[in-house]
Amino acid sequence: MTEEIITTTAERRELISFRVGEQEYCVDIMAVREIRGWSPATTLPQSPGYMRGVINLRGAVLPIMDLACRLGMPVIEPTVRSVFIVVKAGDRMIGMLVDAVSDILSITDDLVQPTPDLACDTVRSFIRGIISIDGRMISEISLDRLLPEREALAA
Amino acid sequence: MDELEAIKVTFFQECEELLADLEGGLLAMQDGNDDGDTVNAVFRAVHSIKGGAGAFGLEPLVRFAHVFETLLDAVRSNEVPATPDLVVTLLRASDVLADHVSSARGLGVVDEAVSAAMAAELKACTDPNAAPAPVAAAPVVEAFEAAPVAAPADALIGADDALDDDDLGFDFQPMTITIDEQAADVAAAVGNVWTVSIRPKSDLYRKANETALLLRELARLGPIEATLDASAIPPLDQLDAEAAYATWTVRLETEEDETAIREVFEFVDGDCDLEITRGEGLAPDAALAALLAGDAPAPAVVEAAPEPVVLAEAPVVVETAPVAAAPVVETAPAPVAAPAPAPAPVAAAPAAAAKTQQIDVPGPGQSVIRVDPERIDRLIDLVGELVINQAMLAQRVGEYGIAPSSNLAMGLDELEQLTREIQDSVMAIRAQPVKSVFQRMPRLVREVASMTGKQARLVMDGENTEVDKTVIERLSDPITHMLRNAIDHGLESPEERKAAGKNPEGVVRLAALHRSGRIVIEVSDDGKGINRERVHSIAIKKGLISPELQLTDEEIDNLIFLPGFSTADKISDVSGRGVGMDVVKRSVQALGGRISITSRPGQGSTFTLSLPLTLAVLDGMVVDVAGETLVVPLAAIVESLRPKPEEVRPLGPVGSVLAVRDSFVPLIDVGLTLGYREASPPPTEGVVLLVEGEDGSRAALVADAIHGQRQVVIKSLEQNYQQVDGVAAATILGDGRVALILDVDAVISLRRREPPRPVEPTLIAAE
Repeated sequence: MTEEIITTTAERRELISFRVGEQEYCVDIMAVREIRGWSPATTLPQSPGYMRGVINLRGAVLPIMDLACRLGMPVIEPTVRSVFIVVKAGDRMIGMLVDAVSDILSITDDLVQPTPDLACDTVRSFIRGIISIDGRMISEISLDRLLPEREALAA
Repeated sequence: MDELEAIKVTFFQECEELLADLEGGLLAMQDGNDDGDTVNAVFRAVHSIKGGAGAFGLEPLVRFAHVFETLLDAVRSNEVPATPDLVVTLLRASDVLADHVSSARGLGVVDEAVSAAMAAELKACTDPNAAPAPVAAAPVVEAFEAAPVAAPADALIGADDALDDDDLGFDFQPMTITIDEQAADVAAAVGNVWTVSIRPKSDLYRKANETALLLRELARLGPIEATLDASAIPPLDQLDAEAAYATWTVRLETEEDETAIREVFEFVDGDCDLEITRGEGLAPDAALAALLAGDAPAPAVVEAAPEPVVLAEAPVVVETAPVAAAPVVETAPAPVAAPAPAPAPVAAAPAAAAKTQQIDVPGPGQSVIRVDPERIDRLIDLVGELVINQAMLAQRVGEYGIAPSSNLAMGLDELEQLTREIQDSVMAIRAQPVKSVFQRMPRLVREVASMTGKQARLVMDGENTEVDKTVIERLSDPITHMLRNAIDHGLESPEERKAAGKNPEGVVRLAALHRSGRIVIEVSDDGKGINRERVHSIAIKKGLISPELQLTDEEIDNLIFLPGFSTADKISDVSGRGVGMDVVKRSVQALGGRISITSRPGQGSTFTLSLPLTLAVLDGMVVDVAGETLVVPLAAIVESLRPKPEEVRPLGPVGSVLAVRDSFVPLIDVGLTLGYREASPPPTEGVVLLVEGEDGSRAALVADAIHGQRQVVIKSLEQNYQQVDGVAAATILGDGRVALILDVDAVISLRRREPPRPVEPTLIAAE
């Protein structure tokens, strides 16, 4: 397991928010490496449906994850406006395919509310909490749970 | 503590080199080159190991090295003749010494019985010829703590003072040598002034020690003023080139006590007469005393008591003082002027050292940079990206239809060339000579030969052939196996060889060379060659081939690579443990290599192993499968063909096979196996790649189209994701897209399982 990138203090921290379908999500800005326009990915065989495949990010092989699909929603059909956010999750870099990036939020941790019980287990495991700003509901993604554990192939 | 550990690591690294030197020297002696040079180099190697080991208190190692050293010393002074038998004994002793080093390093355990037996054998070799010297060899061996054998005065080496090339000015007249700028500070309190008189015996030089280093060490304690008394040097015609004549008197100002001063000399204990006096001392030579100011309290003569070598600094002195040690001791630049009645005649031993070591030790002029391998790896990654980027750029420009004669196109061509050159140069940085692997082999050959009762001599060639670090690490196993095989199966017993009119000692040759961008390792023997009739009948008996099959000689030879094949009549200790040449072949293929054998009855066999120079790039066939681009490693591909309808035969409900000449090979649709498509198109519409897995099983992979051959840079999928079944790695093509490199073996074995079903998104349960 990786360390939480976010320190739970009352300090302000910044989050990048983005849209997945009609919902808004965000991640800590410190985990974001870059945001890129969509480019077709090379399909990976024998991989879960939310894995879009891999792309070349300046010489590194970067897996692209369909965030909507990962959260149990319908697969995103990429358009010209679709982007992927390159984030560092543990020691791996992944690209999260999202519909659009909205803005940068500056919040303190007391604004983060626990995820309501209503949500299904899938969603709850990926969401750190919910932030309410200007009447919007933005869910913060917990990055270290997004990628499957490296399967125990070596073991 | 960390520092000590670091020094220890360096010591063991040096031990590796010294052991290699030792073995190399002994092998040279075995080849009849047993002049003083080689013997001295051998002696020095053991001596240095002993010295270093003493510093770290590695008792068992020191003890064994001492016995070994004693015998070598006797050999060196011709007290014990270096007969071929003795050299064999010495070689075995060097193996035991290597074991001791490994054990001291915490890698393995020394067989105490073997070590004790070896030590006894060494002693037995030394004893009967014990030196007529004041200190006999035998007692020394037993009482290890005593000083090493005192040699007869006319022994060897002993270039007196090759003290030039240094900040120590040197002349043959008594004179004052100032090492430290503050040396002239005569005002220092008498309590802090010491007078050290050093009179080296010829033994000191024989052991490759050096007075300059001692003075240097003294200078570390405080300002020194050294005076050389050369009055004992006889006229040139009476001069014994190997005797020691000079005496130094050193005035030392230091806060340290006598123990600290004595520590400087601990490593040369017994090899020089040492007098340490508090205050301004009287030099033994009255004439010298005049040179020194101050009072002259009665010199308290302290005899250097023989003690075990336990000083930490000593080995470091010899090995690391770069200015003094390297040029003087190791590479011996012409020591001082010849005309003078010098105590520095051209030193036999240092010159010898230079001769034997010139290949290994970079001269003072060459400099070596030590670089963290990770930095080089990073550089290689970056250059890999550069290559990809350059290819992308070229492709994009090509899409615009630029004329090949335009400046832009020509500039791109130049860029491509430069990129290639950079890539080659960077790969060359990581390249290493195969020597590191080869040098472990002589021992293996000796051991295998003695285990199998054969006589074998190893001849090595091309040790300096360079190959990428990634490959070198994986050469050792196949070479070991091939050598074992050559001795165990290839060579005949000495009796058989004599009967066949051959030299009873068989020759096994290990060679490395570059050939068309690959490294080729050849292991050949001059044994009986492959008994084709027997191989053929065994293969039939074991059901590996059908009896009707007509095979060429070459095909029969290659049967030995089949899994489950072993020709040894009796299962020997060495080979035939169920791992045969098939294992070698598999591991070689896993590296993208090939292995083959040629054999001539009665004259021997040659195994040829060919490997890529690096594991960072790979030659692959680019193919299209269900709209995806895949790379199939070229090493796995036997041939590619377009199947005719009559060659494709259905087998069972879904499967089909391809008739290739006389055999049937299962057809595997890559797209279906990897889950790219649900149903396979007829194989006749595609291209078939006939591949061979690591276990020798063949399969016909169906692809949609072939784009051609390309060298690709291997990229890891695991770094950011995880391993994927059927995929070995990824690469980036000229258009910037990622292409997957097919894992041929995995595809073959995936096919054997049930067809893949669509994978449901797996969800990780919340805690």
